Amino acid sequence: MNVTATTIFVALFLLVTCLGFVAARWRKADLNLLHEWGLGGRRFGTVVTWFLLGGDLYTAYTFIAVPALVFGKGAMGFFAVPYTILIYPILYMVFPRLWAICHARGHVTAADFVRDRFDSRMLALAVAVTGIVATMPYIALQLVGMEVVIGALGFPSGGWIGHLPLIIAFLILAAFTYTSGLRAPALIAIVKDTLIFVTVIAAVIVIPAKLGGYGAIFAAVPKEKLILAPPSGDSLGAYSAYATLALGSALALFLYPHAMTGILSASSGDVVRRNAALLSAYSFVLGLIALLGYMALAAGVDKDPAYASGFSAYGSNFAVPALFLASFQPWFVGVAFAAIAIGALVPAAIMSIACANLFTRNLYKEFLRPGCTEAEEARMAKIVSLVVKVGAVVFILALPQAYAIQLQLLGGIWIIQLLPPILLGLYMRSINASALLIGWAVGIAAGTYMAATQSFASSVYPLGVLGVTIPGYAALYSVLLNFLIAVALTPVLDLTGRRGAASAAR
Amino acid sequence: MMSKPERRGLHRYVPRLLLAVPFLVVLWVPSYNRIEPQLGGIPFFYWYQLAWILLGAVFVLIVYAIERRLGREP
Repeated sequence: MNVTATTIFVALFLLVTCLGFVAARWRKADLNLLHEWGLGGRRFGTVVTWFLLGGDLYTAYTFIAVPALVFGKGAMGFFAVPYTILIYPILYMVFPRLWAICHARGHVTAADFVRDRFDSRMLALAVAVTGIVATMPYIALQLVGMEVVIGALGFPSGGWIGHLPLIIAFLILAAFTYTSGLRAPALIAIVKDTLIFVTVIAAVIVIPAKLGGYGAIFAAVPKEKLILAPPSGDSLGAYSAYATLALGSALALFLYPHAMTGILSASSGDVVRRNAALLSAYSFVLGLIALLGYMALAAGVDKDPAYASGFSAYGSNFAVPALFLASFQPWFVGVAFAAIAIGALVPAAIMSIACANLFTRNLYKEFLRPGCTEAEEARMAKIVSLVVKVGAVVFILALPQAYAIQLQLLGGIWIIQLLPPILLGLYMRSINASALLIGWAVGIAAGTYMAATQSFASSVYPLGVLGVTIPGYAALYSVLLNFLIAVALTPVLDLTGRRGAASAAR
Repeated sequence: MMSKPERRGLHRYVPRLLLAVPFLVVLWVPSYNRIEPQLGGIPFFYWYQLAWILLGAVFVLIVYAIERRLGREP
């Protein structure tokens, strides 16, 4: 075991644990109210929101998986960069308005908003269930990120003892989320983001210097990986796949419950607007992190016998941890790995809070206990946040990791189906709720079918249009269908609805 | 001053057309899927997209500044 690195790692972990519990007293308020526990009282200003959303959206799994994708697949893996370029214009245009309505009407979740705008319990239920189901595998994947760095520190992997560090970390996470709510990840995000920035800046300076500069790094990358394969024959090939993956992922991101929670906890729409520009600092860091995949290739860590067991256990997800082990002093390896592990805690906490808010507001209070008090509501949410995390741990320990990855891929396709109800709820309230519900169901079914034709290994579906194959992100194709159905069915259902009402009156 | 804060209608969204620029740039993949010109050993494909992260933020900032000056949407 790497003693120095592990000591630093554990020390930083203890620091954020303390912060997590202290957070309960930060901006003190009654945590027995759901909007205080689950939205931090909607009082976070520009700076805290910057840390919180940055900590929330750029997860540990991202830091492991994006460079792993670049390491394995080359240029195609870089689609994460155009994706993060596009999320900010979208954030700027759409979400301050959503914030304003939710603030004025006291909404805590996206489903609250849809329930109110369309006066439809079933549509709200669809939104809530989609959010929860899409987020669960995402929480599980945060554990994957954490597991890889714990493994890289030299803890014995496999078996009950091997899982112990992970279980302890999640127990700590569960405890401070329960007591402090959204205040805990908001405060911890400040430490997490600082550590990530320090690690990445060190990495992009120190590692290229060791490898002979950026020219040498890119020279080591096989030619066919360096740029996308140009289209040939009757297929748009990698071009349409790259563009649709970027656009579809960007449209989906802020529909995730944890992103929505981060936005709604801001103190004003202006805070959201400013962050639409300022958050791109994280995107830039993500772009640099993506390049770590090539640095790992150039350093040849996958051929180093010292890391063979890591690669056989974690696949290309081990590329970045191996690169850090090979390039940094042990103490800084501790810092870097702590950054990744704490980077798992922040989103996992926010995701579990977001799921808890959805369950409590839109399932429990709506369908099971309509008369529950505010204190009961907050207590229920705290308990659900525990259940969600236990579920994620069981998921990752009991099932093959591939399931979590496939489910997260499906989660992206499912969550984007919330775009029509939310977008049209903001700008076109005359749309028919039943039409939206049918569009949602068809979108989910079509997107799932497209992923199934790829054996759930890829979300790129080769759509044939007039003899031309346009490989594209299934989420984008299926949400287009969803939109078309919602708009086309609205006049039809409005008409039959009016007739039904008229005959009932007669 | 031409614009008044209480002005309504679609034209108050005109500055937001600027936000279409990052979409057009990023989604037009063939325009940047090339190696040359390199920058400090980094192929065009990579440095161009990294640069657009910052330029995208500049576009958002410009729209924010214009909208602030014109007055907030209701």
